Amino acid sequence: MIFVKAFIVGGLICVIGQILVDKTKLTPARILVSYVVSGVILEVFGLYQKLIDFCGAGASIPLSGFGCTLAKGVKKAVEEDGFLGIFTGGLTASAAGIAAALIFSLIAAIIFKPKPNS
Amino acid sequence: MNQHIGKQSIKFKNPPSIVETASIVGKKEGEGPLYKYFDNILDDDYWGEDTWEKAESKLQKEAAKLVMRKSNIYDTDIEYILGGDLINQCVGANYAMSGFDCSFFGLYGACSTMAESLSLGAIITSGGFAKHTLCITSSHFCTAEKQFRYPLEYGGQRTPTSQWTVTASGCAILSNEGNGPYITHITTGKIVDMGISDINNMGAAMAPAAADTLITHFNDTGMKPTDYDLILTGDLGVVGSDILCDILNQNGYDIYTQHKDAGKMIFDIDKQDVHAGGSGCGCCASVFAGYVFKELKKNSLNRVLVMATGALMNPMTVQQGSTIPGIAHAVSISNKTEL
Repeated sequence: MIFVKAFIVGGLICVIGQILVDKTKLTPARILVSYVVSGVILEVFGLYQKLIDFCGAGASIPLSGFGCTLAKGVKKAVEEDGFLGIFTGGLTASAAGIAAALIFSLIAAIIFKPKPNS
Repeated sequence: MNQHIGKQSIKFKNPPSIVETASIVGKKEGEGPLYKYFDNILDDDYWGEDTWEKAESKLQKEAAKLVMRKSNIYDTDIEYILGGDLINQCVGANYAMSGFDCSFFGLYGACSTMAESLSLGAIITSGGFAKHTLCITSSHFCTAEKQFRYPLEYGGQRTPTSQWTVTASGCAILSNEGNGPYITHITTGKIVDMGISDINNMGAAMAPAAADTLITHFNDTGMKPTDYDLILTGDLGVVGSDILCDILNQNGYDIYTQHKDAGKMIFDIDKQDVHAGGSGCGCCASVFAGYVFKELKKNSLNRVLVMATGALMNPMTVQQGSTIPGIAHAVSISNKTEL
């Protein structure tokens, strides 16, 4: 059942992105940043984690999930370290995701040569 | 004798002749409807080079060599090469033209560069400053995406109004003697900026410039749309073409039958998933050097207006939110020296 929920919620999050690409003049970079920021804002009110609990990877994999991780990381670090946590929490919590993205990108760049899709 | 007529046009007393043309296109362009008009179609957009920038220079160098072989007029008999492309500092042309033993002017007119080079080439040749000039441009999908949008590796989504930069080079040798087709008139455009700032909708940014040049051309020369068998715009694409025809219609010129757009002709818009059509200065160049020149030679076209349009922004000004200045240059080509 979680798979169906992940498919539907994850799909809907992507549909919103596709509509923004097709119907607005927003650049991809702006859409990307908006997703991260919306994840942060929703998690500030504790809403995004509820969505992840409901549909798992359907909400954690899209970029808004990254925003949620940042927000959660800051909350946790502030509880543990106080003021300094505002600066350390986000990147600490998302370190695995960022490092994985870098490493896999590097591997892909070494192995593959880019070409236009035909 | 004053050959400048009207506001922005020249009627040549000694119209230069287009002796020969050559075109080389990429794989996707070779799968489009005009494939049989091109001299050479690549299997691979790298063409044996390790970067797309080098591939684009090779495209231009080989097109120049090809037109020289076809016409038997080599660089030692050519006084000027007028060339450009879309990469920063026009390096595509700069690298391509090293090794040729003649004077070189690098041009930048974005996608209007082919009409710009033909216009200046015609002035130089007709004015007696050269016996032969070579006019050339190129564009490459992969270098242009990197230059103006995102590197391909980024894998960004394309919007419905975005156009597909054509991988191609087209060139022509102009001579002060020859049997035509002749460049009889040119109308040089002015910068028209209607406030469009969407880099993914360049057809709309360029259409008002195209309309301005076309109306000026009719006013200056006294010609009418029906004097032409074909009015070919460079790369307005689907969106820009409709805007151009509508603006002309509002101004009392019906060009719906004569007008075609190289960006719409070079690809099968639906089957090849190119959204609003082709673009890039190789688009107009290859369609002119391939389709237009060969049809003129066959006499199935007799008088053609080639009007290439350019969007003259750079990525920095677009990121800063500036609007896109457009330009269009028109070159009137005919099998006869007189009307």
